[in-house]
Order: sequence, then C-alpha cells, then structure tokens
Amino acid sequence: MSAVLEVRDLEILRDGRSVLRVPQLSVEEGEVLAVIGPNGAGKSTLMLTLCALLTPSRGELRFRGQPIPSRGALAYRRRTSLVLQEPLLMDTSVYDNAASGLRFRGLPRAETQRRAQHWLERLGVAGLAQRRARTLSGGEAQRVSLARALAVEPEILFLDEPFSALDAPTRARLLDDLQTLLSETRQTAVFVTHDLNEALLLGTRVAVLIAGELRQVAAPQQVFSAPADPEIAAFVGVETYLPAQVISQQDGLNLVAADGFQIEALGQQPPGRRVYVCLRPEDITLYTSAGVPASSARNRLSGTVTRTLPQGPLVRVTLDCGFPLVALITRSSAEEMGLAPGLPVQAAFKASAAHLIPRP
Amino acid sequence: MSLIWEGLVHAVQLLFSADPEVLSITGLSLRVSGIATLVSLLVGLPLGTLLALGHFPTRRFWISLVNTGMALPPVVVGLAVSIFLWRSGPLGDLRLMYTPTAIIIAQTVIAAPVVTGLTLAALQQLNPRLELQLKGLGASRLQIVWALWREARLPLLAAVMAGFGSVISEVGASMMVGGNLRGQTRVLTTAIVLENSKGEFAVAIALSVILMLLAYLINLLLTWVQQRRLRE
Repeated sequence: MSAVLEVRDLEILRDGRSVLRVPQLSVEEGEVLAVIGPNGAGKSTLMLTLCALLTPSRGELRFRGQPIPSRGALAYRRRTSLVLQEPLLMDTSVYDNAASGLRFRGLPRAETQRRAQHWLERLGVAGLAQRRARTLSGGEAQRVSLARALAVEPEILFLDEPFSALDAPTRARLLDDLQTLLSETRQTAVFVTHDLNEALLLGTRVAVLIAGELRQVAAPQQVFSAPADPEIAAFVGVETYLPAQVISQQDGLNLVAADGFQIEALGQQPPGRRVYVCLRPEDITLYTSAGVPASSARNRLSGTVTRTLPQGPLVRVTLDCGFPLVALITRSSAEEMGLAPGLPVQAAFKASAAHLIPRP
Repeated sequence: MSLIWEGLVHAVQLLFSADPEVLSITGLSLRVSGIATLVSLLVGLPLGTLLALGHFPTRRFWISLVNTGMALPPVVVGLAVSIFLWRSGPLGDLRLMYTPTAIIIAQTVIAAPVVTGLTLAALQQLNPRLELQLKGLGASRLQIVWALWREARLPLLAAVMAGFGSVISEVGASMMVGGNLRGQTRVLTTAIVLENSKGEFAVAIALSVILMLLAYLINLLLTWVQQRRLRE
C-alpha cells in the first residue's frame, strides 16, 4: 500500500482557537478511510481540508508525495471529487448533472457522454437521465450526486455524511450498493460519518475524531473491540468502565483486580499498571442464580437488577455488582428470566470481551 | 370618458399609420433604454456577483450603498449627470449634454444599482454550499460563476426586467440631460409630459399606450424565456 494523500502536523484555528489537530494521517491507495466521531468533533472540517477547500492554519497536505499548494489547488481538486450530505444538484437535467464534473475538466463530448451514462447506470438511475433533477426523490438525487462524483473517476472520492439526510430503507439500499461499488472498483475514498454501522460497513480503516483531535486510526473491528481511550470507548458503545489494577500477565491474558473481585481479560499490560476494564453491554450474558451453565465465559459476577429499559427488541439491564454494570439482552430472555429490579442475577463475560485501557 | 376613448382611437391610428415622428420617438426610447440596460448589465452582473461571492472587509458597506442606489430618484441622477456634462463641468469638453448619449449615461446610473442589487439577491438566495460542491467537483472560479448564474437564471432575468423597467418609464433624468429636443432627444416619456402640458391629451394617451405596450412586449418576451421549462 502507498499513501495517496498524507497529512502532517495539521492544525485549523478558528477565531484564534484550535478546532482541529491531526499530527499524522494518510489515505492509502484503494482503501476506504471512514472518519467517525460525535457531532462537532471536526469531521467536516477535516474533510474540507483534505479536499483543499479549506486552507489549514498550520501543516501540510501531500498528494502522491507532492505538496498541495494552498493557492491553485484546482489541479488537485480535478483529480478528486466530492459528495456532500445534500445532493446539491443543479437545476437542469439528471444527465447534465452527471456530466458536469467531466465538462469542468473539458473532456471530449463523446467521452463525457459515455462516462456520465455509464455511472448513471452503475447507480441505477440511468432511466431518469432526461428528468429534471429538481423532480427527484431524496434517494434518487443522492444517487445522481454519487454518479456525478464517480463519473470523473477521481483518485480520491470524498464523501461527507452522504446518507444522513435519507430515510432508513433508502439509506440501507444505497449503502449496500455503494459498498459493492467501492469494493468492486477499489475506489480510494474518505468517508465521513457519525454512524458507526456505516463506518463498519464501508470503512476498511477507521479514524476516530473527538473534540478536534485524531484519537485512533485502526481497522474497524479494532476500534470497536479495543478503543484507545475512554472517550472513544464511550462513542463506540462501551458502557461499563471499571477502574482496576493488573495483577499478572501470562500468554496474552491479564488478571486484574477491581474493588473486591478479579477479572480475566485479553491483554498484555504489565503487572501493577492501572487500567480501566471496558465492557460492551451486548457482550454480557445474564443468568438467574438458579441455573448457571458451564460456558467459556471466564468471568462471573453476582449482582442485583436495579433498572430495566426496553429498547425495541432488546432490553437494557443495569445491575449493581458493587459497581454499575450495563447489559443488553433480548426481550424474550428478559421475560423468561423475569428480570425486575431487586432480582439477584449472575453476569458472565468472556476474557476477550473485557478490553483494558491504561489509566493515569 | 370620451377623452380616454379619443386617446385610444388616436393611439391605434398612430400605431398603424406609422407616423414617422412617433416611430422615431419610440425607436429612440427603445434604443436609449436598451443600451442603458445592457451597459448596466455589464456593470451590475459582475459587481453583484463580486458582492455575493466575495469575502472582503468593506463588503457590507458596498452592499448598503448598492441598496440605497436601487432607490435613486431619477431627478437627482439627472441633476448629477447634468453637473458633470455641463459645458463648464468636468466632462463638459465631451459636449454630451442634450444628446442621446447623455440620456444613456443617466439611465445607466439609474439601472446599474438595480441590476447589481438584484444580482446580489439572486445569488445569495442559492444554497451557500453549492459553491463548495462545485469547487469539490473541480470547477474553476469562472466555471463556478457561470454555473451559479445559470442556477439563478430566473431571478437574474427578473433583474434585467427590473433594470429595463426602471429606465424605460423614467422621465426626470431624460428631461434634464436630454432636453426633450424634437427629433434629437425626445423619448416617449418626455413627449408625454410635453403633450400633457400642451393639453394634447389624446396624443399623450396614445404615446402612453405605446409606452406601456412596449414595456409589456419586452417583459412578455423575458417572461417567456424565464418561464420556459425543461421537459419534465
């Protein structure tokens, strides 16, 4: 893999305050880099900077090894393209919209026609080519916007929350189609989203941005199972943090001591290190005291139910195990166990479900 | 009532008799106001675009100036242009006073702020992220401006109509800098004022009908262009 785009010591100031700091970030050939983070984390600012639509206050962008000049970035922008949250189509025909990027680049008419037509077909909207763009539905319009961006066959495709304005079924279909298309064409892309599922589905790598800082860049599964710090953990859905201290480390397995009990976790932290034990609610299994089956779950804790909160087909159960522990179980198993506040239960989780983050 | 009726009959007669004087007055009105509108477009379109898309510290000040300019009283413009073109004025040597060119200058001063202000408004009502999207698609500065003009073509045509409307119907400045000289600088509005003051109401009405018909036809043409829809 080689870096198509590279960022170094990037900083954006707004009204004298630093709103984005990225010490180092690269976009590799053929990858889809998903940039995730809560609202206001600076995702769009980072995206606009990567597109050379925003001049960084400090730092440098390199495209295929060459620095991108902050003035005269047109040549760079003509090798990339952009899809925003709103489709932002021009008030003309669908075909003219799909062809617009090619016309900006002064491509010959025949080539423009071939490519615009081809990408409208790929996005499943070729039948709408003669329609006026204004008359399209939200999903159709976003497909045309994608066709318009892909028609220029960009070396990097920038996608800024392209699905967040769509309703759920439309979004799911388009996400699915785009996933197929990106992996088939091995299109290099940077994809900004606040939706973790979208990042998991499209991203080959995930960059986590929190409060203007790039906190972690890793494979999607790793960000979810091994978040680098408590804030990332909270963003990716870890709900239980337990301060603890490492007792021993053997064969990639850590034994840690928390307040009055011990937990086994995958990890290679040195003994004595102070850590947080992070647990995702969906990794916790609950049993009533009556029947605890033998399973591979190494860790068992006793507690009492303090609260149950239905969430669609699932139930969020908060336990008091000496510390608050959150578990997410199906509604049917909650009913089977007769879960209610005050009921004593056993919570079990595997060593691989417990992730350790060092704490100061 | 008979006065109006007589006037209308006279107007039809004048229209169809192809009276050479009426034709030349009408022709001059069209020519002067047409050129003035064209020049104000050449000035107002780029200026309005600059004010709408530009980022510079004095922008707000210029916008307030343009908005004030949209309501410039024609007589004040007439006075200012007269002072400049007067024999002893700064541009007196050009000997433009009481010529059609003088009227064109005055009418341009009236129409340019209208076109500028409405161009500014037309571009500002577009989604501000459209400019970003166009840039992101690889458009150059000129391509962006062209695309935004196309996108705002309906309100921009309204700016043209308003500019033309403001000068074809204006009388104060034309009178002051043109002098209403028969066969030289007499336009429809100044002729109407003259006929009215002579008590020749029938002729005044006839000329008014021609003026309104002219304004209507021009706007009909522009409206047709504006409202032409792409096939759905």
